Formats: sequence, C-alpha cells, structure tokens
Amino acid sequence: MEWRTEFTRDQENQIEEALMTVKDPEIDSISVIELGMIELIKGCHNQVSIYVLPTFMGCPALDIIKSNILKAVSSLSWLEQAAVFFIYDPPWTSDRVTEEGRERLKEFGIAPPPEKIDETGEWHVACPYCESIYTTMDNLFGPTACRSILYCKACKNPFEAMKPVSTLM
Amino acid sequence: MTEQLSDKSKQALINLLYQLADDDFILAFRGSEWLGLAPHIEEDVAYSSINQDTMGHAAMFYKLLEDLGEGDVDELSHARKSTLRKNAVMLELANGPGHYLKEPNYDWAFTVVRNYYYSQAKKVKIDSLKQSSYKPLADAAVKVSMELYYHLLHWTVWFKQLIQAGGEAKEKMINAIKKAEADFGDVLSLGPLAEDIVQSGFIESETVLTQAFHKRMDPVFQGLSIPYSGRFQQINGKGRYGEHTEELVQALDTINEVYKINPKAVW
Ligand SMILES: [Zn+2]
Repeated sequence: MEWRTEFTRDQENQIEEALMTVKDPEIDSISVIELGMIELIKGCHNQVSIYVLPTFMGCPALDIIKSNILKAVSSLSWLEQAAVFFIYDPPWTSDRVTEEGRERLKEFGIAPPPEKIDETGEWHVACPYCESIYTTMDNLFGPTACRSILYCKACKNPFEAMKPVSTLM
Repeated sequence: MTEQLSDKSKQALINLLYQLADDDFILAFRGSEWLGLAPHIEEDVAYSSINQDTMGHAAMFYKLLEDLGEGDVDELSHARKSTLRKNAVMLELANGPGHYLKEPNYDWAFTVVRNYYYSQAKKVKIDSLKQSSYKPLADAAVKVSMELYYHLLHWTVWFKQLIQAGGEAKEKMINAIKKAEADFGDVLSLGPLAEDIVQSGFIESETVLTQAFHKRMDPVFQGLSIPYSGRFQQINGKGRYGEHTEELVQALDTINEVYKINPKAVW
C-alpha cells in the first residue's frame, strides 16, 4: 500500500483505520487492506483517491466493496471528496494477502492461499481447523470465485481454501 | 493513451475488443443455461464459477470499449443486435435440442469440446495480448490469464477423461469434435480489420495464433491416440463479419428480456 498524499501522519492513520473496517462482504473477518487490495492512496487537503485492485474479475462483491470504502472514508469529517478506482496494474495476486490476513482467513475457516504450486498445477494446503496436511482437493471451484473446496482426511471436515493466483499462470 | 492512436488503429482496436467481449459474453451465457443441469453437483458449482469469471472478462472488455467512447457497458452487452455482434459462431450455437425450461436435451460432449477448444484458443490469444501495444488491454490480459489457468485445467480433465473412457463417451466426443471444428475457423479469425489489428501491435497474426494453437493441441491428441485434423471451417457463417445463426438471435432475446423492461435497472 503506497501513500502519495499531503496528509499528516495522523490523517493517514485515520484513513487506514477506516479502511481496516471495510471487510470482504463474503469473508467478513478480513479487511480489504489485509487482502492486499489497496494499492495506492493519493490525496491533498480534503480530497482522497483510493486505487483498488480487483481480486477476481467476475466477483459480484466489487461494487459492494467500492461503496463500503466510500462510506468508511466519508465518516472522516475533514474529508469532503473521496473516489475509488479499480486498476489492473499491478494485478492482484494471492501473495498480496498479509500475514494478519492469512490468520483472519483461518478464523473464518478458510485456509490461506498456498505459497507454492507444483509444476503440474497442483497445490496443497493445511486444514484450517487441525493443521493436518492430509487433505484432498474436492473441487477447484468453490462457492465464490476466489475459493476452492477441500476435505481434511484427519479431522474429516470439508473446508475451503483461497485459490492461489500468480502472474506465472 | 487513446490520443496517440490514429483513427485507423483505433477502429482496429475497437473491432478486436468487440470480438473478445462478445466471445466471452455469449459463451458465458450458454454456460449459464447449464445451471442445475450439469452432470453432477460438483460440476454445477465449478461450471457456474467458470461462467461467472468469463462474464467478468466480457465485462472488462466492454469496459475498455466504454473507455474508448463506444457507449455504456450494459448497453454494449445487452442492446446490440445480432448483426452487430462479432463473436465466433461456434460459441453461440445452442447447447443442444430442447429449451432450458422445457426438455433440455443438452449435449455435454459438445459443451466440453467447445469449452476446451475455446479455452486453448483463448490461452493463445491472451498470451499474445500480454504484449499488446495497448497497455490497458495488456493489463487486462494478465488478469484474465490467472483465471483462465483454472478453466483450462478443468476442461482438460473433462476432455481427456471422456475420450479415455472409450465406448459411447468417446464416440460422442469424436462427433462433438467434428461439430466444433466445423465452425472453429471463426474463433482464430481476427475479422475484416485483421491486418490493421496486427500492424498496430494489438495482437499477433492469425497465422501465428493458429500455429500456437496447433502446437498446444497436437500433443494432446497424440497422447489420446486420436487423429488431430487441424482443419477448421466456418460452415454456419463468419461471426467476425456479423454473420450469425438464428440461435444467437434467440439467445439475445432471452438475455435482453430484463434489460428491455428496464434499461436503467442496476445489475
Ligand atoms: Zn482437519
């Protein structure tokens, strides 16, 4: 997350705190900052522009995220104008999820995106409940664009994992 | 960025973007007609997720058109008549006999073959578009590529397994391959402005793309011990030139139903 503003440190902190309250509408334990979706924040005086990286293109949550970001920053009384722009460069990749973000995903019962993918395209994740690596892929495609469905053979729970996406694909 | 484009280049770019957008749009719609009808529940989840991605890609290409002054995204996707559509004919063909609401005797083999062939061709094009001279299109290609990766994995599994199953499955797949190849020429065509599109560096030539396609398909067919013809036709018309089937007209009528009632509705 890059800042290009004439704001004071305190003002930037206030914006960051506001953005921390904006959660993924489909995984409400993780914020847009922890997901690595906020690329750049520009601003001066009472105006702010926030540049956001969409995760998956067809994700219906994007419009909701945009309006939630606008709502959150408009709670700051010293800001009079706010705008949100979706940009594709750089592309969002799953390694942008922060360390805290990975923990928040687990809290929700979703395994964080694996950091390594085999040459065959296969990847392995540990169960978010019991940490066992004795898991199998049930369906690459899950209930939302960014999630896959897996099964833990150790604790016998089905669970979801965030799909890895990288520019190597 | 757009200011630097000559008029000729801009028209070529717009034409290419319509091809890309319309292709994804109509295939995603045909895919959505399988909702609840796919061979099993896991496939229903997977295929609808793929369709959602694909519709997202179409929306992104329509957005690039909007940015070039072609009009509003919803209007571009919904209000254009069939004669203005630039999609490949193979992608508009009905899923099979019957209707979504009444006796849908859809053809799963054709669906697998159509999606597999299309995903392979899309991969070839997207790889080329990553080096497009039009930066917004190159950026979009990088995004699409990451999702297409999973689509291709998915359709490859179906394509190989149904052929390897032998018997009736294999027979249906061989017939579906013939049907798809009879209209596949369209998919790799860049249409009437091909020369300008290539000269402006928006994407590589049809020849280069077609060769890259063969290079991906040949080993797959060899591995499955079935002949790869590598010859494609356009028996039902040239979609890039606005030639389409009655099946597209019917599909658009269905798609537009809600839009026509209230064009201002929020999607
Ligand atoms: Zn477990």
